[in-house]
Amino acid sequence: MGISERMSGNEAVAHALKQINPDVMPAFPITPSTEIPQFVASMVANGEIDTEFIPVESEHSSMSAAIGASSAGARTLTATSSCGLALMWEVLYVAASNRLPILMEVVNRALSGPININAEHSDSMGARDSGWIQIYAENNQEVYDNTLQAYRISEHPDVKLPIMICQDGFITSHAVENITLVEDEAAKAFVGTYEPEHFLLKENERMAVGPYAVSPYCMEAKRAQAQAMINAKRVILEVAAEYEKISGRKYGFFESYHLEDAEYAVVAIGSACGTIKDAIDLLRKQGIKAGLLKVRVFRPFPGEEMAEALRGCKAVAIMDRCEGYNGNGGPLGAELTAAMYRAKLTAQTVNLIYGLSGRDVKVSDAEEVFRKLKALADGENLFGEYPYLGLRSR
Amino acid sequence: MEQTTTFNFREIQERPDRLAPGHRMCAGCGGTIAVRNVLKAIHPGDRAVVGNATGCLEVSTFMYPYTAYEDSYIHNAFENAGATMSGVQTAYKALKKKGKIQEEYKFITFGGDGGTYDIGLQSLSGAMERGHDMVYVCYDNGAYMNTGIQRSSATPMYADTTTTPAGRESVGKPQTRKDLAAVIAAHNIPYVAQTTFIGNMKDLYVKAERAIYTPGAAFLNIMAPCPRGWRYDAPDIIEICKLGVETCYWPLFEVIDGKWRLSYEPRKKLPLEDFLCKQGRFKHLFKPENEYLIEAFQEEVDRRWEELKKRCEE
Repeated sequence: MGISERMSGNEAVAHALKQINPDVMPAFPITPSTEIPQFVASMVANGEIDTEFIPVESEHSSMSAAIGASSAGARTLTATSSCGLALMWEVLYVAASNRLPILMEVVNRALSGPININAEHSDSMGARDSGWIQIYAENNQEVYDNTLQAYRISEHPDVKLPIMICQDGFITSHAVENITLVEDEAAKAFVGTYEPEHFLLKENERMAVGPYAVSPYCMEAKRAQAQAMINAKRVILEVAAEYEKISGRKYGFFESYHLEDAEYAVVAIGSACGTIKDAIDLLRKQGIKAGLLKVRVFRPFPGEEMAEALRGCKAVAIMDRCEGYNGNGGPLGAELTAAMYRAKLTAQTVNLIYGLSGRDVKVSDAEEVFRKLKALADGENLFGEYPYLGLRSR
Repeated sequence: MEQTTTFNFREIQERPDRLAPGHRMCAGCGGTIAVRNVLKAIHPGDRAVVGNATGCLEVSTFMYPYTAYEDSYIHNAFENAGATMSGVQTAYKALKKKGKIQEEYKFITFGGDGGTYDIGLQSLSGAMERGHDMVYVCYDNGAYMNTGIQRSSATPMYADTTTTPAGRESVGKPQTRKDLAAVIAAHNIPYVAQTTFIGNMKDLYVKAERAIYTPGAAFLNIMAPCPRGWRYDAPDIIEICKLGVETCYWPLFEVIDGKWRLSYEPRKKLPLEDFLCKQGRFKHLFKPENEYLIEAFQEEVDRRWEELKKRCEE
């Protein structure tokens, strides 16, 4: 079971897309996600898939065309990064409120300015409240696995929401790693075909999409949409359990790494988690009970479950690869701290900003975080005011 | 492309409306006259998906839980009607290819001049350039009427709008209007036409039918007066359209496969004043001290008419 290969994150996405063979892909080039539409266009040109590729004139049009295609009954996807995602912002909400299960491969990159092409989560975090499911990956294997699971989640009748599959720009998207692929037949059988209940082109039926709605109707529509996001929690776990059967790989809302007995924990998203795991291995050898909570699913936000997993910790560092520009830290910090308060956790917490605009995270950086966490638990705050990790002092 | 279009007035008028009555547009609205008549050009039995940019038309014809459209319909946002319909049309191609749908569809999307000349221009340009088999119809009433008569790049010069108000220091909109039909013709698509409500709607019908049944991208620009924004007596709409054409303010033409063709040339061109004097938005031009403005406007109309005639002679 499984085929060993080596490929980059973008290639892994392309391989999953080849197995899915979606109906329509509108896309616009932007670094570092450009390779994905390029790979799709070349698979179309070589007759490897029969997807209709639309080379649109902007990302706003790419999401707009995706909304049209998905409303018309097509299994639809696009890919983007950074400013491209920001340009889509208005219509992201339209896609979600129309309950369209569009897949978007997001290769995370810093928003301008200054203009910078490297990994940061500010782009997808900016869209965190747009009604899209968001699933993040640590490495190429996870990007591939998450992509194969995407439509099963988004198209589920209890969900019907668009989904972002996120990976870190360049670190994951362009670096080549070993990967185990699911065999074509098993992948295709797992993903299945898309059979929407209603769509614009359905035989013997007409449909109207995108109404104006007055106050007596709007609030109920929004509550129903919120329920879909709540339902997604159950569906994400069901799909992961099924995926484990064909892949042997286990997925949940998050990964716990030495968390069960951890006194000091870091919570983070994405590629930096691999580095943090290395630091934990070193610290564990020194007898320091360090652990990691690696967030996979950010939307829906599994706050209760994360808080429960952190219950035994004395001090927790919540790391955001995204500046909130609110004087209060990043989005993961704000949301998880609130969840921990509701769960009546008593751990000391700190919200750290790290890795902005591709700033490298080293094993020694992660070790330093854990050492400071230990001091924090002992009553000494070495993090200082508004802590940043890896910031140059001059 | 040479197409024969038969025009049987009675048969066409007897076709059931694809825009049902009961929508909330104003009495006498030019936009709905445009939509009803364009949709009448779909051959009975053919299926269509109708689209909309945000605007009066959308908020008044698809107010949840009611739709006035007999066909499948999609509205997305203000600036993306072109891209949205390009996605629908591509989905049709994809699903047809995979044998998932059998029926034939036509794709027609409507935008006002704000959603077409201005905020939706990029999305429209992209959809036309990519050559999607669809029709984009602009119902041009020369301002953002839905938000309360703000100027657009389709607003005629000197018009009094709420963002170009005539006043002691202002004579209305200082700029001339954009020639969008020419801009779209420059995309080298198979069919572009400009029309309005004339006579028994033959000109509009023939052009709509050609636009719908020409394979590839097509664009229709329809002058669709707005009684609120133009400030005229609502029943005068047909007279106003006629004066727009007879003064050569709104010429009727087609661009078929790059070849420009005048649809109508007035035997005796009427002075622009005849068109302007019917409309409250130009009232300030008729103050004695502003007569020079009418002359300047006339010169602009003459220049553009001569330019168009030259294009059509080539």
